[in-house]
Amino acid sequence: MSALIDEQRIESPPESDYKLPRINPHKTSEIVPWLRTPKTIWCPGCSNGTITRALIDAILGLELDAEKVVIVAGIGCSGRIAQYLEYSTVHAAHGRALAVATGVKVADPSLRVVVAMGDGDCSAIGGNHFIHAARRNIDLTALIFNNSIYGMTGGQMSPTTHTGDKSTTSVHGNVEAAFDLSELAHAAGATFVARGTAWAYRQLVSVIAGGIAHKGFAAVEAMAACPVYYGRFNLTADPAEFLKGQKEHAVPASKFEEGESRLHEQYPVGLLHHGERAEFVTSLARVREEAQEALRG
Amino acid sequence: MPASPILMQGNEAVAEGAIAAGARFFAGYPITPSTEIAETLSRRMPEVGGSFLQMEDEIASIAAVCGASLAGQKAFTATSGPGFSLMQEMIGFAEMAQIPCVIVDVMRGGPSTGLPTEPSQGDVMQARWGTHGEHSVIALVPSSVYECYTLTVAAFNLAEQYRTPVIVLSDALIGHMREAVTLPEPGSLRIAERGIPDCEPGEYDTVMSDLDNILPRPPLGSAFRVHVTGLVYNRRTDAPETGDPEVAGDLGRYLREKIYHHRDAIARVEEYEMKDAEVAIFAYGSVARSAKAVVKWARARDVPVGLVRPITLWPFPTLAVDRMAEQVRTVIVPEMNLKQMSWEVQAAVSGRAKVVDFGRVDGKLITPTQIEELVRAEFYYHDWSKS
Repeated sequence: MSALIDEQRIESPPESDYKLPRINPHKTSEIVPWLRTPKTIWCPGCSNGTITRALIDAILGLELDAEKVVIVAGIGCSGRIAQYLEYSTVHAAHGRALAVATGVKVADPSLRVVVAMGDGDCSAIGGNHFIHAARRNIDLTALIFNNSIYGMTGGQMSPTTHTGDKSTTSVHGNVEAAFDLSELAHAAGATFVARGTAWAYRQLVSVIAGGIAHKGFAAVEAMAACPVYYGRFNLTADPAEFLKGQKEHAVPASKFEEGESRLHEQYPVGLLHHGERAEFVTSLARVREEAQEALRG
Repeated sequence: MPASPILMQGNEAVAEGAIAAGARFFAGYPITPSTEIAETLSRRMPEVGGSFLQMEDEIASIAAVCGASLAGQKAFTATSGPGFSLMQEMIGFAEMAQIPCVIVDVMRGGPSTGLPTEPSQGDVMQARWGTHGEHSVIALVPSSVYECYTLTVAAFNLAEQYRTPVIVLSDALIGHMREAVTLPEPGSLRIAERGIPDCEPGEYDTVMSDLDNILPRPPLGSAFRVHVTGLVYNRRTDAPETGDPEVAGDLGRYLREKIYHHRDAIARVEEYEMKDAEVAIFAYGSVARSAKAVVKWARARDVPVGLVRPITLWPFPTLAVDRMAEQVRTVIVPEMNLKQMSWEVQAAVSGRAKVVDFGRVDGKLITPTQIEELVRAEFYYHDWSKS
């Protein structure tokens, strides 16, 4: 349920109106030119490389003008994507990527801005910026790498670590509840919310492309495997086994029934919410025109 | 026809100065005593084709300012003590990533919530050292409504020229004071524009700024495909490189020297009645107004007192302080904090003159009478009864 009051209620278009873009994955030779380096700091078995490729696939599939693509990233494992991608990129401060991106988009609305964040980056230190970017419905795509853990600092619990899970700062088991980031985004007013997994690559490309093509705030949650830290302490340290687990947990949104146990057991994937309401940058432009018109008398 | 004077508040003058300097992006968060800057810009920015954003907090405000500047716009924010503390994180990012932007801090009593409606000069050291790590900074201190306007213009010019955040240190008194001002004709102002490096996108990795030739960074969303990072980076390629001490040391020294190397060019100081002064009052911002009144009072009594008023507080105006130290026997440093700049003056004077400090942190302005008493003590042999 959206937490916005009436005058900005999200208008849902008719069911049949919208479908996620279908994009055929590109050849590796087409992907590689958009990487600045063949080397990453990511561990073997990490999903971040898969998500990075999916993002390039989505940008290529949408045939965006690469010069106009800007990637703003936060700090953490996922944040490193900024230095690897061959677009205009900003590796901002921890939690602040969305606030920086807000300035970028308002200053130059012609840019297509993708904001890459980890789960802690997005919903702990950056939680305030996340809900307010969604509330403004600013035309940004938040791509959230959700691996349920702080990987860069060595496996500490995050706001998406499930109750009972072990981490280096929940040694006896996490006593806190986990955020469902997609539902959080929807409640805060995001007009496009979708979730994909590293396991289902085509779907991941599709939800990212849908988010980028959407005019308004898009939250795309990419469920990522962190076998080295999250898996080792909890599910499995085997990357393949971890991804098979994603296959079992992920249920297409259309088949997902409310009330089922979520996230740890089963979670919906694909398009979760889609609607329309006034977009922030467009509204600013309207205010600008009206103010200048009033000045001219 | 010369422009006629208008009655204007310091905070309004900051807003108008920013617009005159070409700022078209403001992001802020309400906080006393800076709020009038945001309120003025909420009306004015759309009128001049710019953007006004009220963000969710001060961290987001300065972050959005960094983003807007990287996308090519002149951008700024305004705040006061508690908000200035919150902004230190992203001021550090702007220092590290060399992002031109302006931060206006209308100082109030602190620490913490402190004295929200009373003036203070308690942030002068936070302006210098507030963010962690080695860095350099430019901070300007207006002492009139007119200077709120002209120094805001200067702040944007310096930010562009040196690719750095520039801080304007106003205070509750200057910000809320109204004076009749005759603003400079718009065409008479020198306005620094951003530009792009004189090279092809493919050659961008081969050009590098040096201290005497600081190149602009192309905006996001251009053929240059820049990378901007808060990590230590190689100054030639802008690529992060945290494993090479030589690269880290080169960047660290450059970030400091790009301001310090130019400190005499950047430093602006008003020297008033200093020609034959035996005692100098070193005062800045609103306190300099009281200090100037005291100099006039003393001169009317043939007492050789002068004023050294730093307009640029950072980088510290060492040349002017050197001159002062060579000339006078005593430097009186009145300030609305406890010894923050007086320590700096003492270090620069380095024993060549006596330094007398006078601090006030009760939210009240230092009065001319209080400074007069310090001057009388320095001229105890003067026959004050005659005047």
